[in-house]
Amino acid sequence: MAIDTQVAEIEVETSKAIAAASDEAGLEAIRVAELGKKGRLSLLMRELGGMTPEQRQVAGPALNGVKDRLTTAISARKAELELVAINKRLQSEREDLTLPPRPEPVGALHPVMQVFEELAAIFADMGFAVAEGPDIEDDFHNFTALNFPPGHPARETHDTFFLKPDVSGAKKVLRTHTSPVQIRTMVNQKPPIRVIAPGRVFRKDWDATHTPMFHQIEGLVVDKQVHMGHLKSCLTEAFSRFFEVATAQTRFRPHFFPFTEPSAEMDMRCDRSGAEIKVGEGNDWLEILGCGMVHPNVLRSCGIDPEEYQGFAFGLGVDRLAMLKYGMPDLRPYFEADVDWIKHYGFKPWLLPTVTGGLS
Amino acid sequence: MKFTLPWLKDYFDTSSDLPAILEAMTMAGLEVEDAHDPKDALKQFTVAKIVSAKQHPNADKLQVCQVETIDGMKEIVCGGLNARPGLVTAYAPIGAFIPGSGITLVAKPVRGVVSNGMLCSGSEMQTDEDPFRLRIAHFEEWQPRAQALGLSDEQAIADGGIIELPATLKVGSPVAEALALDTVIDFEVTPNRPDWLGVVGIARDLAAKGVGKFKLETVKPGPGKFPCPVKVRIDAPDACPVFAGRLIRGVKNGPSPEWMQKRLKAIGINPKSMLVDVTNYVSFDRARPLHVYDKKKLTGGIQVRMGTAADSFEALDGKTYSNLTDMCVIADDSGAIGLGGVMGGTTTGCSIETTDVFIESAWFDPTRTAKTGRSTGIRSDARFRFERGVDPHSCVEGIELATRLILEACGGEASEVIVAGKIPEGPKPVAFKPMDMKRLTGVDMTAKRMEQILRALGFEPVVPTKAQQTANGVWAVKVPSWRPDVEGSADIVEELIRIEGFDKLPDEPLPVAANTTGNRIVVTPLQNRVRTARRVLAGRGYLETVTWSFMFHEKAALLLGGANNLQSSLTIDNPIASDLDYMRPSMLANLAEAAQRNADHGADDVRLFEAGPVYPGDKPEDQRMMVAAVVKASKARMWQGAQPAYDVFAAKADLFAVLAALDQGPDRFQVGAVEGPHWHPGRSGTLRLGPKTVVATFGELHPAFLKAIRAEGPVIALEIALDALPTPKAKAGKTKPVFEKADQTPVKRDFAFVVDEKVPAGDITRMALKADPKLVTSARVFDVYRGAGIGEGKKSIAIEVTIQPRGSAMTDEQIEAVAQAVVKSVSKATGAVLRG
Repeated sequence: MAIDTQVAEIEVETSKAIAAASDEAGLEAIRVAELGKKGRLSLLMRELGGMTPEQRQVAGPALNGVKDRLTTAISARKAELELVAINKRLQSEREDLTLPPRPEPVGALHPVMQVFEELAAIFADMGFAVAEGPDIEDDFHNFTALNFPPGHPARETHDTFFLKPDVSGAKKVLRTHTSPVQIRTMVNQKPPIRVIAPGRVFRKDWDATHTPMFHQIEGLVVDKQVHMGHLKSCLTEAFSRFFEVATAQTRFRPHFFPFTEPSAEMDMRCDRSGAEIKVGEGNDWLEILGCGMVHPNVLRSCGIDPEEYQGFAFGLGVDRLAMLKYGMPDLRPYFEADVDWIKHYGFKPWLLPTVTGGLS
Repeated sequence: MKFTLPWLKDYFDTSSDLPAILEAMTMAGLEVEDAHDPKDALKQFTVAKIVSAKQHPNADKLQVCQVETIDGMKEIVCGGLNARPGLVTAYAPIGAFIPGSGITLVAKPVRGVVSNGMLCSGSEMQTDEDPFRLRIAHFEEWQPRAQALGLSDEQAIADGGIIELPATLKVGSPVAEALALDTVIDFEVTPNRPDWLGVVGIARDLAAKGVGKFKLETVKPGPGKFPCPVKVRIDAPDACPVFAGRLIRGVKNGPSPEWMQKRLKAIGINPKSMLVDVTNYVSFDRARPLHVYDKKKLTGGIQVRMGTAADSFEALDGKTYSNLTDMCVIADDSGAIGLGGVMGGTTTGCSIETTDVFIESAWFDPTRTAKTGRSTGIRSDARFRFERGVDPHSCVEGIELATRLILEACGGEASEVIVAGKIPEGPKPVAFKPMDMKRLTGVDMTAKRMEQILRALGFEPVVPTKAQQTANGVWAVKVPSWRPDVEGSADIVEELIRIEGFDKLPDEPLPVAANTTGNRIVVTPLQNRVRTARRVLAGRGYLETVTWSFMFHEKAALLLGGANNLQSSLTIDNPIASDLDYMRPSMLANLAEAAQRNADHGADDVRLFEAGPVYPGDKPEDQRMMVAAVVKASKARMWQGAQPAYDVFAAKADLFAVLAALDQGPDRFQVGAVEGPHWHPGRSGTLRLGPKTVVATFGELHPAFLKAIRAEGPVIALEIALDALPTPKAKAGKTKPVFEKADQTPVKRDFAFVVDEKVPAGDITRMALKADPKLVTSARVFDVYRGAGIGEGKKSIAIEVTIQPRGSAMTDEQIEAVAQAVVKSVSKATGAVLRG
């Protein structure tokens, strides 16, 4: 039989066998039988060496052509069979996807801590650093240096917690406000100063609207020419940003604090007609914070010359601020560590208050 | 401080309406808390007349009345004992809100008869029960009905009934008008303004604010008819520098005049008798406390002296106070009869029988008064004023005003006024720099306006002539005697801007801070750590809490290893509750208790943390910043099979996650023994930096500790001392080291070492890493085996070691050499042998 006939026969037979192969092993057997080292086609290829150049010119391309076509056919069939096998396996790989995933606990951040960070983000943007001071204070930092002379009736408004006297007989106090941080900052740092001081404060009072521990944030700016117009602008901007309402409006009115002169309280326009207080609209005013120009006696008690430097300070209750912004009706659960409350009012851990991405 | 609008108008001419006055008060610093306009509150109540009253068919105590009302004739069911035909009373229609009972009227049957409105008592309208004394005057008209119901006269009078109004009133006219009730304003008096504790002081500030005109006539001194027979001697001039007095003899004490009673009642003071009421009246009118003595009860003259331990007296509050050391005592020859500036005594007080009254108008030192008030616990209007600072120049004026009022109401004859001691000088003049106004407030104000405001408030500025008014000029400002709060130039600035109005402040943005040079990081590294740690824990499923900084000392003792370790200086002297009396040395007790509370409420996977302070000592540097977390988890069931319980190693994973987030690679710390009796001795450990510094503790809480705080175990906890973590070395720049991808595939080899039970697995991995720190990049325990084939007291630790070829591939021999080095290093340090 002429070689070209043989080749044609092999091609026909093998093509049929490939198409009929029912699994990868059968297909491999075909490949070995035809294209393997001792396969039929390989044996024919060996004969090419004994041919004349003219014969080789005809038979060579024919053999190679068949070899290529069969190789392609085998891999095509192999792919087909693989797909069949996969489809068959998938028949048994069925899951009930309504089943629950592994339970994972969901964490949350406490609203008061989040509000601290919101305020830090706003004030950082205005150039304020964050200062801190101890919760256990001495009388000097908590009162005297802040121009509360011993025996002054303003001291009585603070419902102070005292610690038992130490060996010298002096009674430390739990700080009643974050204002002592003003003193510590001014004693340790030369002006210009621009800080906020968040922290825990303590007063002996416990009812529906008071807890014996709560949070305040203090602000202090000391420089050569800072006046009440700056105070007004700075606080109006900061708290408009805090409440995230475009229409925020503030009002300043006189008040008294021993450590500021002149002293003021800042109100924000609000609407109390509904169940919740809405900041930024309405006909009412809501007290937000106390502020004023740092009293010359306070500057002096920190070794700062009130003729050269001046500045403003402010302070406010953060728990109440958080209640207002986030509509939390009651202060007391703040400190009860109730998991349902924290999940409800808490914040997602990846929600970092920023001036670029928004506060909340 | 409360006052009524007509009272204010004694000293204040105004055409402004109430809202304008309230606004002016608030904007002048007199923060209005409440303005009660009874005409508003009572606008639904009108005068009505009962035409007939018949017994209710189903109730003995009720009557069915036909009533002539603003809404025509109405049938109204009434329970008032005094309801009777012809009575003029108060009517509220259906839909009206009754302030006294807090209900809104609806038309519904009362025992089967529909009442079409309500006839009201004084208390239902929150006014006087019997303002015209008509109910009591007409008692015999309704007494029979009371008797028929089996009530005694006393019971009937106490029971009262509906309000009785003058018969002359027109049906349908407002009740509020008939009662002539005044608007009451309540506002907050800041501690710096004792002058606002008198109506005169309020009027002065409001006038300065521009809503009216201040008018005050000086009280003309009434000449004394005879020398004052009561002698006053001051032996404590520091506590009481001046004491003015006057005797009025032959008075007839009785109820004070209607107008005075009305004012006192409106501000919540019960009238007693003229001699007592006048002291209250002057106190609220002029912020000038007085005291009145019954001359006949005085024994000898009056001495003002310092109290002694032996002193004792019964005060007008009915309590006896003894040991009056360091207090300013008013005494007569019988001993202490009062505490100066705080409260008088019962033995010498005035009564309705008093005929000869001695009036005291003194000045007591604020600090001592406050101290006496605090130590005795007495809260009186006198104390409230004296401790804030009474106008020292008001002594004589106060006596003259009281004299005039007493003579008008009670008759009698006044003695000369005696003044013992010397009137204190009052506030010193202030050197005011007008430039401070602009400097502190940013507001430009003319000298003329400054002077105008100051004079309106009673200051007397000495304004230099125009020629001398330079930018640096100084005004000498005489401060009025009622303004002890004004001490310096800044105080004058406050007066000016307060009256001018804070709305005049310029809106000036803060300049960009001079000290911000590109670096705008404003939090400290520790603050950043707190922030990161909180977010990592919350991200890993923990809920953030804030718990009290104080706790029960007995629980603190458990954390500290016994009551001996409690520090007195961390004990709160006046705790809010007896179980919140010690500054917490750790947050774990609070957190474990909170976890238990939540578990009690059905929470089955409680993970809590807190980032906050703990207090090992009372000095500022003692306070530590910690993060603590607890987990109280029940074993979660899962359809794929039970999940591993949250255990010590889960806590360790959370701990390492926090540390990794803080750039604190766990390798730099050693696991060491636990400190503190509240940790499980075998299932908890510390991470240490060197032998001393504990940076973290993790593990199970001690079962005995949990039992003592009534929490059920197991509770797994961790605690990180954020302030004890090493500060990473500051780098010169922000660039990171060049990335080098290892191009050779790492080789992994397993080793099983048999060691003594006491050898920590950590030593094995550490020594494996040490064998060739360059090539061995990781050593990880994947199995721990105890039992057959290992031997008693031994365990097998299997580790997987990763060898990372550097530069070129390693030959089998080279890899084998590293493996041998690992075995040698581990064996040498731990006595381990390779498991055969």
